[in-house]
Amino acid sequence: MAKLNMVKALNLALLEEMEQDPDIVIIGEDVGVDGGVFRVTEDLHRRFGGTRVIDSPLAEAAIIGCSVGMALYGLKPVCEIQFSGFAFQCFHQIENHAARYRQRSQGRFHCQMVIRMPFGGGVRALEHHSESEEQFYAHIPGLKMVIPSGPRTARALLVAAIRDPDPVVFFEHKALYHASKEDVPDESEAMPIGRAQVVRDGRGLTLIAYGAMLRVALEAAETLEAEDGVTPEVIDLLTISPLDRETLTASVARTGRAVIVHEAPRSFGPGAEIAASIMEGAFLSLEAPIRRVAAYDVPFPGFAREKATVPDVARVLAAARETLAF
Amino acid sequence: MPRTQIEPQFPTERLSILDSDGKLDTKLEPKLSPDDLKRLYRAMVLGRRLDERMLKLQRQGRIGTFAPIKGQEASQMGSVFTLTPADWMVPSFRETASMLWRGWPIEKILALFAGRLEGSQPGPEQRDLPITIPVATQLPHAVGIAYGIQYRGEDAVVMVYFGDGATSEGDFHEACNFAGVWHVPVVFVCQNNQWAISVPFKKQTNSRTIAQKALAYGFPGIQVDGNDVLAVYAASRQAVDKARAGEGPTLIECVTYRLGVHTTADDPTKYRTDEEVKAWEQKDPLTRFRAYLEKKKLLDPSVDEQVDEEIARAVERFETMPPADPLGMFDHAYAELPPEVAAQHAELAARLESPAERAAPASAEPASPPMRGQRRTSRWTS
Repeated sequence: MAKLNMVKALNLALLEEMEQDPDIVIIGEDVGVDGGVFRVTEDLHRRFGGTRVIDSPLAEAAIIGCSVGMALYGLKPVCEIQFSGFAFQCFHQIENHAARYRQRSQGRFHCQMVIRMPFGGGVRALEHHSESEEQFYAHIPGLKMVIPSGPRTARALLVAAIRDPDPVVFFEHKALYHASKEDVPDESEAMPIGRAQVVRDGRGLTLIAYGAMLRVALEAAETLEAEDGVTPEVIDLLTISPLDRETLTASVARTGRAVIVHEAPRSFGPGAEIAASIMEGAFLSLEAPIRRVAAYDVPFPGFAREKATVPDVARVLAAARETLAF
Repeated sequence: MPRTQIEPQFPTERLSILDSDGKLDTKLEPKLSPDDLKRLYRAMVLGRRLDERMLKLQRQGRIGTFAPIKGQEASQMGSVFTLTPADWMVPSFRETASMLWRGWPIEKILALFAGRLEGSQPGPEQRDLPITIPVATQLPHAVGIAYGIQYRGEDAVVMVYFGDGATSEGDFHEACNFAGVWHVPVVFVCQNNQWAISVPFKKQTNSRTIAQKALAYGFPGIQVDGNDVLAVYAASRQAVDKARAGEGPTLIECVTYRLGVHTTADDPTKYRTDEEVKAWEQKDPLTRFRAYLEKKKLLDPSVDEQVDEEIARAVERFETMPPADPLGMFDHAYAELPPEVAAQHAELAARLESPAERAAPASAEPASPPMRGQRRTSRWTS
């Protein structure tokens, strides 16, 4: 066991997988000599050279578009988009091609590729550096959308994403990169994509969160236990799409109440799909309407106002208490 | 400080070998065997005749919208002819002649334009991508494949097709830029057919040629008479050989003309004159190549008939294909269907088994609504 932060854990996953499989290449802006602006690819350029760890020209569409070509050819690119806010310049390559090539070619080709992007707020960064936009990718058939919540899940899910034969969009929350260290096993470890984790057993209420919001949900759960005498169950979603409906509905079938927390704007966000799934799977067990705590439906307001829109413990507590009192 | 010249003047060349009056530059004439010349001609005729047949099929509602190639047969055949099966071909959506040459069965192409996924599946060993519809987005794919070839040290090149309109897209710039930086074995073949639907070349770019754009990316560009199959062949041969030898990309601009509609949903009389079309008909790539072969006594008068027979047999195979199984939409959506999608698959399967669906399979056969000027046939009204 080694205690690693999320940056080091991701770096370890890349290193381990690249050592195993010569078809894996890394491509992105500043991922080579510089090791990435968040240092996730640090030292890999020195180890594997510039043809495997490619400092690309500054162009998101070609980073993804060329990676699609590499994947069709048989390589397994791991692409880095420097910030998720810049990914709209390659969105067409993701939606039109990476997600569709298996079907378009009827299985003759597929895109085994990972698209890594830092996302989320809390790091006092400018517009386009703080958004949470997972819902766009979660809506695309043929694509998977994964968001780890800490070092161990980051490493295990990145390994799984690299090995997945379908394209995976992999969001890394910037506020989590250096937030904490966690024990990471010495042996390489992969977690199944498409499975949520119950990280806190409980009764009476299920809190559902992912990414940096998991900590918020866990803290709210502690407070509810201490002050309200309830012991909420907490689910770490880990994969946004495909959604683990089974774990979600099984939990709410027992607890009867659910609060969903995410940093993406509320309307048409992942919370809507999660709530609908719970309604379909556990309607008769519901004791109260499902609540969503999410960012407001405004364009990202800049970091001076960020705290007012990104969900915090107080907002989760308020929603949970309303739900419990219903 | 003085102003200094930091780049030498880059001349942009135009290559023409066999002009529309039948004049031949014998010094530049490529050394193609009689057999190759005959095969080239046959493939061009096949492209033209299939185009004509497909227009009829479309008007009858038997296939959907497609992009005819009439007038561009030399640009396509002169270039694709230089590839080996180990090379890769990346089409846009107007390269029927190139696709046929690369081994796409006619019935598969018809299926593709009849809205069937089966039509865009390359053969198991075929190193071709299926057609790409969003303009220019296939260009980075070609560069990525070329990167893979270079990465594995394989002896292969990539040829990618696009039109004049595509050169206005960001993906064109990004793909050319990456190709130049990486020095990968890719040949960019632009079929400058003068019209991007209704927008003429002059409104597309203020550059005098498309060929010269290559110079900014650090690799050569050449303009060729795209209706002169010998010139297209000669330029492509050189570009492919260079790429194969590790000497990087080339951009070839084939100056040609779309004699027909953009797609079967288009009415070109709205934006261009008959005189212009007639002037280009005088430069028809088939006419001059036929005359060239006649002089060489290589013209087989039965080619048209043979080709029509080949098309007729393929149309028959296309028409007797079993109807598209609706469940097929799930077959290749993922490597393994996620549970929710598997449940949707089961839902559709159950719907297809229901008595009402079995009596009148509303979801089984796509109804083809007639487009402007299109007649329904009994096959589609039943």
